[in-house]
Amino acid sequence: MANEQRIRVLIAKPGLDGHDRGAKVVARALRDAGMEVIYTGIRQTPAMIAEAALQEDAQVVGLSILSGAHLELFPRVVDELKQRGVDDVLLFCGGIIPQEDIEKIKAIGFQGVFGPGTNTGDIIEFVKAHAPVRT
Amino acid sequence: MPSKSNQDWLNSTYGKAVARNPERKALYESSSGEPVAPLYGPEDLAEWNYHEKLGYPGEFPYTRGVQPTMYRGRLWTMRQYAGFGDAEESNRRYKFLLEQGQTGLSVAFDLPTQIGYDSDHPMALGEVGKVGVAISSLEDMEILTDGIPLEQITTSMTINATAPILLALYVAAAKKQDADLAKIGGTIQNDILKEYIARGTYIFPPRPSLRLITDVFAWCKDELPDWNTISISGYHMREAGCTAAQELAFTFGNAIEYVDAAVAVGLEFDEFAPRLAFFWACHSNFLEEVAKFRASRRIWAKIASERYGSKSARSQTLRFHTQTGGATLTAQQPLNNVVRTALQALSAVLGGTQSLHTNSFDEALALPTEASVELALRTQQIIGYESGVSDTIDPLAGSYYIEALTDRVEQETWAYIERIDDIGGALVGIEQGYQQREIQESAYRLQRLAEQKQRIIVGVNQFATDTTVNPEIMRVDPTVEATRVARLAALRKRRDNAAVEQSLTKIRAASRSNENMMPLLIEAVEAYTTVGEICGVLREEWGEYQEVLTI
Repeated sequence: MANEQRIRVLIAKPGLDGHDRGAKVVARALRDAGMEVIYTGIRQTPAMIAEAALQEDAQVVGLSILSGAHLELFPRVVDELKQRGVDDVLLFCGGIIPQEDIEKIKAIGFQGVFGPGTNTGDIIEFVKAHAPVRT
Repeated sequence: MPSKSNQDWLNSTYGKAVARNPERKALYESSSGEPVAPLYGPEDLAEWNYHEKLGYPGEFPYTRGVQPTMYRGRLWTMRQYAGFGDAEESNRRYKFLLEQGQTGLSVAFDLPTQIGYDSDHPMALGEVGKVGVAISSLEDMEILTDGIPLEQITTSMTINATAPILLALYVAAAKKQDADLAKIGGTIQNDILKEYIARGTYIFPPRPSLRLITDVFAWCKDELPDWNTISISGYHMREAGCTAAQELAFTFGNAIEYVDAAVAVGLEFDEFAPRLAFFWACHSNFLEEVAKFRASRRIWAKIASERYGSKSARSQTLRFHTQTGGATLTAQQPLNNVVRTALQALSAVLGGTQSLHTNSFDEALALPTEASVELALRTQQIIGYESGVSDTIDPLAGSYYIEALTDRVEQETWAYIERIDDIGGALVGIEQGYQQREIQESAYRLQRLAEQKQRIIVGVNQFATDTTVNPEIMRVDPTVEATRVARLAALRKRRDNAAVEQSLTKIRAASRSNENMMPLLIEAVEAYTTVGEICGVLREEWGEYQEVLTI
């Protein structure tokens, strides 16, 4: 581990819902797995999330939403990231996301969609396998 | 030779059996990690005194129930939490539920309404009508309650930061129906402290928020005597991951904070305490949950009588609503949730709940469909009308285990209440992130237990299948947001805007004084001033709460 760069992950909650149990458990699990984790707290606008990703130099951005507003808000987060030139981050998400929406979310660049019942070990593996390498 | 005591049996018959065949698990434990013994018996209740611990239904300390007849007199209120889209759509769902035999309404509001943004505010984008109904003005409330006689049904509204405004809207709608306010019954959640801890729909900092709550207590006492002014809720903290005892303790910690705030502004405990209500979760550990409900009544009776010197029986009785555990629902094999919900609902009934919401099996996937909500309601009706558990009061009383567990949940709760007292009260705890951290620790522990398969979740970490089930799900009409924006624009044009401005000026002035806000809020909403406009003024005056980050 000593020579390896710690993976920097931003965990964020877009939208207005306050259900942060999943986001906090994932943040803690990734941190316990040796990553540098920044948690934004709840009620973040897409612009706030993109700005935090830029400022924190995050390689990975994980979004959690349970209100059902994912199809409205996730594309906006992607746009805001692009506007800031942040184009080499690994995106993943979780929450209450119906099966039929998963393809749409993957199409806009989310490589991982983790619903209820996900093992945090699977998220850790996913992040380690796909996080872009920073030099 | 038969064993002469529990210990004797553990050493002989049981000990030999375990030596031959180890048990399924090395350790059996409660939700808070307390060991569960293989057997409970008279030794576990050695010091136990029936009259002191249980008493009789409708009598102190109310362990056996708050009413003298309990469900023999009347079943609990079957109250399904519902609301989505716009007021028209939700009004149709309410009428459907009432036609199906539901006995009270429970309104879910969308997040913008809960956080004080009108449907046309930029922060509302994507959220309008999603997790509940969007209500911005009296026009919406009139549509929501159209054709529903507000004098005859009771309505529970899950609303917190904007509770006084939504109550004002409900009162204004009732007045339009020419209803007698003395006959209007219902509940507003109005519990802001647990929003800071777990649920997240706060707006203002704690001090002005507490002032709004005491304004509601004071106003309702005189003007709306049958209204439950607050539903002090453990539910959301439990859903966020805490244990059964933490659920009780953090809720009572908050209750004590509210009571102290009300007493500090000159209200008498026995004047407002009869209208305090509570809200518990019921999760899957069946017997522990029954014990929790029973313990909660005994604890509150003691807090009321010992801490506040209450002389009123009504103030000492803890009346509560229960909802089955949303966090226990699985997206995998979703039909299993029907069974989970039925068992949880049964524990709430055996625990003596006053009203109950049963979750629908598809709620780990999306909002429930009409068919799944109906099944959830039928679950309650089967428990109430077929199972026989409601024929006698508190039927599990006297079980060695139930009584030992009730005692233990009570002890664990008191230990936490003392800790919160030592910190300086619930609010200081919140500002330090104490309750938040405790809940996170428990949530993380539960997650790890599941991942290590020490906590089995059927269909998820055991007995899993590869087939993905795709039941039909409910989707909120995507045009709702645009329709709402147009409706609000029309309203803002049509109404008497001078009256609106005047009402906001009065609210701004009152926010700087101690004047009770309720009459001004009613006046404002009657002039069709919106929720967002009122909250906009209060945000300018009071500022917004900043989350204490505790990762």
